[in-house]
Amino acid sequence: MSEIIPIGPYHPLQEEPEFFRLHVEGERVIKMDIEIGYNHRGIEKLAESKSWDQVVFLVERICGICSTSHPAASINAMEDLGGIEAPERAQYIRTIVCELERIHSHLLWLGLAGHFIGYNTVWMWVWKYREIICDILDKMTGNRQSYAMFKVGGVRRDILDEDIPWFLKMLDKFKPALDLFKGAVMDDPVIHARTKGVGVLTTEQAKKYCVVGPTARPSGVAIDVRKDDPYFAYEWLDWDMVVLQEGDVFAKVACRILEMYESMKILEQCFKKMKPGIVDLHVKELPPGEGIGRAEAPRGEVYHYVRSDGSNFPVRYKVRAPSYMNIFSNEVAVLGEQVADAALILAAVDPCYCCTERIIAIDHDTNEEKKLSSSDLLRLSHEKTIRVKKELGIS
Amino acid sequence: MTWKEINKKIHDRFDKKIVKWFEHNEHRIYVDIDPADLVEFGRFLFEDLQARFIIASGVDTPRDGIEILYHFDFFQLPYVFSVRVFIEKPKLEVDSLVPYIKGAEWIEREISELLGIQFNNHPDMRHLILPDDWPEGKYPLRRDQ
Repeated sequence: MSEIIPIGPYHPLQEEPEFFRLHVEGERVIKMDIEIGYNHRGIEKLAESKSWDQVVFLVERICGICSTSHPAASINAMEDLGGIEAPERAQYIRTIVCELERIHSHLLWLGLAGHFIGYNTVWMWVWKYREIICDILDKMTGNRQSYAMFKVGGVRRDILDEDIPWFLKMLDKFKPALDLFKGAVMDDPVIHARTKGVGVLTTEQAKKYCVVGPTARPSGVAIDVRKDDPYFAYEWLDWDMVVLQEGDVFAKVACRILEMYESMKILEQCFKKMKPGIVDLHVKELPPGEGIGRAEAPRGEVYHYVRSDGSNFPVRYKVRAPSYMNIFSNEVAVLGEQVADAALILAAVDPCYCCTERIIAIDHDTNEEKKLSSSDLLRLSHEKTIRVKKELGIS
Repeated sequence: MTWKEINKKIHDRFDKKIVKWFEHNEHRIYVDIDPADLVEFGRFLFEDLQARFIIASGVDTPRDGIEILYHFDFFQLPYVFSVRVFIEKPKLEVDSLVPYIKGAEWIEREISELLGIQFNNHPDMRHLILPDDWPEGKYPLRRDQ
């Protein structure tokens, strides 16, 4: 007997409300339909009525978690259009903001992943230490989120040299916490049992679905805009791209944890290499033409395409967020898996769907609707963790 | 494969079919082709040259037609290769790339509902971001509406 379990689309806790319709046979998922569009705000059309300066603020509102990734791609597109190269110090400052954001975004996801499998201690601890990163951003930019730091030809605020020792001190304070998370997550037998071999996206599938970022790299696809098409200060820094081969949920967790270490390396080098200088070219206008901007957001490549007729407004503004490619790949990653693992697999691409309000199970034969709350989905996952613990002899 | 090799392969096979080759700068290449050659070209890039499909951008123009740009990159190379087709009104139709590039499925659905392009051979032309009861023939990104 086959059933359909719709998940969604209400109450987005974080970014995107989505609607997953799981077709299940018993405990196994045999097919999945995905619907998006519940949060369509017409930003591309709205951008056509905003000035170039305003567009950067507008795109910052696309995502609340990786709020600086869209402005990064946006100014890259506009600078590509105008053939503009921002000053060196501005490039370092942009890189610092991007990497701090990557760390706090990965931490946010890691905490939620812990919550899904019933490790609420991981959740609370990770989010506690995420505050250090948010505090740094607060002092540096004036905001914990939506920093409004970027503009065409530079940045809006300089980093004060007298603040740098404090930033480095805070990063030092964060380092032991990162080691703690690495140990707590990557050496835990229960987490291994819950995530290894689960929700595998093969290299071939990853290429077929054109996925990006920490959904592609754990599946053996070595893509990272910071390396492939360097922007900001990335080409002047020494760091490694994290590529893993397994493609399962564990590899996606490991990839994000290891990437935070690389971000720490990047941050330390930026603070060290940054020299005094101007931070803004005060660009007044952009020429007619086309521009393409890319940036590696915590979730993968953000892509912006702009077209200008030489006026103060874009003629066309196209935005592609990484989840647009990544969410679609769930339709293969979740096949053959248990419903109890579905929450984790769908969340492993970091779209944060778990905020969905309720689940409806439809029995194909009787056409009867069973309504379950979102806590039921979490309960299924938590019960599986308890079962796994018992099997492993861990109390 | 290096960019030089990729460049040569594209020219060897499609030199006569390329209407315009424009390099905005060293890393941003725009190529205009006839819509009839789109599937062959897209398939060649994706399958033979192992390109990665990034996304497609639909643009309504004052020239009585709609442009679609298919953006590709080549793993580990700093180039964005944009293939442009111009679809003249009133017959807004083009062949779909989805039979060969699965990752294009959503964006073709989106361009179809926002700009009113019919993608032939697309397996699932339901609405993607607009509601199911959106009025027929109304396209939010069209300039003539």
